[in-house]
Amino acid sequence: MSGDMNRRGFIAAGAALAGLTLAPGIRLIEIASAKPDNEPVTSKVRWGLLIDTTRCQSGCTECVAACGKENGLGEVKKPRTDAQWIRKIDLKELKTGRAVSLPMMCQHCANPPCVDVCPTGASFKRADGIVLVDRHICIGCRYCMMACPYKARSFVHEPHSDQNPEVPRGQGCVEGCTLCVHRVDRGGAPACVEACAAAGHNAMLFGDLNDPESAIAKRIREVKTTQVRADLKLDLGVRYEGI
Amino acid sequence: MRAIAIAVLWGLTLVPAPAFMAFAAAQAAEPGRTPLPAIAIEKPGQCVEPKDVMRRDHMKLLKHQRDKTLHQGIRTKPHSLNECISCHASQKTGSVTGAGGFCQSCHDYAAVKLDCWDCHQPKPGQKTAAGVKP
Repeated sequence: MSGDMNRRGFIAAGAALAGLTLAPGIRLIEIASAKPDNEPVTSKVRWGLLIDTTRCQSGCTECVAACGKENGLGEVKKPRTDAQWIRKIDLKELKTGRAVSLPMMCQHCANPPCVDVCPTGASFKRADGIVLVDRHICIGCRYCMMACPYKARSFVHEPHSDQNPEVPRGQGCVEGCTLCVHRVDRGGAPACVEACAAAGHNAMLFGDLNDPESAIAKRIREVKTTQVRADLKLDLGVRYEGI
Repeated sequence: MRAIAIAVLWGLTLVPAPAFMAFAAAQAAEPGRTPLPAIAIEKPGQCVEPKDVMRRDHMKLLKHQRDKTLHQGIRTKPHSLNECISCHASQKTGSVTGAGGFCQSCHDYAAVKLDCWDCHQPKPGQKTAAGVKP
């Protein structure tokens, strides 16, 4: 209990520090008021992520490492089969030579194709917009992996025994970025966002898209942001700036 | 002839029955003949529900809680698996599994396979820089 409070305090302190580095009124991490433990999440909140590719550094993998540590993924030794919740991608426009680097993960669609194709109902979207896999129901058929346009889902091929108690995961199920739902439910921010801020890049902004006063909502109102493959009309929770 | 046959049948069925019952009673009373699960409660105190409710219905409570947690984000503590583990993990092995583990000893006895630990961590954990430390 006290450890939890300390962590909350740490997050709030980190958010306050991050607030100094950005423009006034724009906080890097929205200090979300934690909902009471016994209340269900509602659709009043829509969690989202804004990634500023102009700040994201090529070669930096702090977010990937933090994700692996938080969720017990470990290091990616076999990239073809090991679970990858975030992939760092470098893009280059051939004509102009302009290069950007960005993290690509589950985009937490409002209309997720993975949920459409799931034959068992294991792939689902929570009321607050976070797309998850219920491993109790997942049969490991991997239709969702094929349906996802963002290569965001991974199949767990091997047994695991070193899970984080808050992030159960095991062989035979499909999984993907949970937006660190266990942290979000306690009023925290995803591990990748904290790691990016701690590394001094501040390229990731997490918050409630439905709250017009939140930092992320203000930011996407002010600057042009992009949904990757917007033509698919999936209404993404993750947006990119500068691509 | 028919009456004799019926009498013999009655004799066959009735005579051994009390003898067998006496034998079975002796067997049950004899200590050590029947294997029993070793339920080690290392932390004394009150569980979240009375003992008989927990013994009969813990799986229902856990399943109900798991769906509420995963789908609705309700993370109350009393019926959460992690809270069970943090209280019931053996102080020797730090786990609820393994020989004599709180969960495993009963489940082995009842021959009910536990697949919780395919995904869930059976040791109460605290996150450290090196990941989960039991």
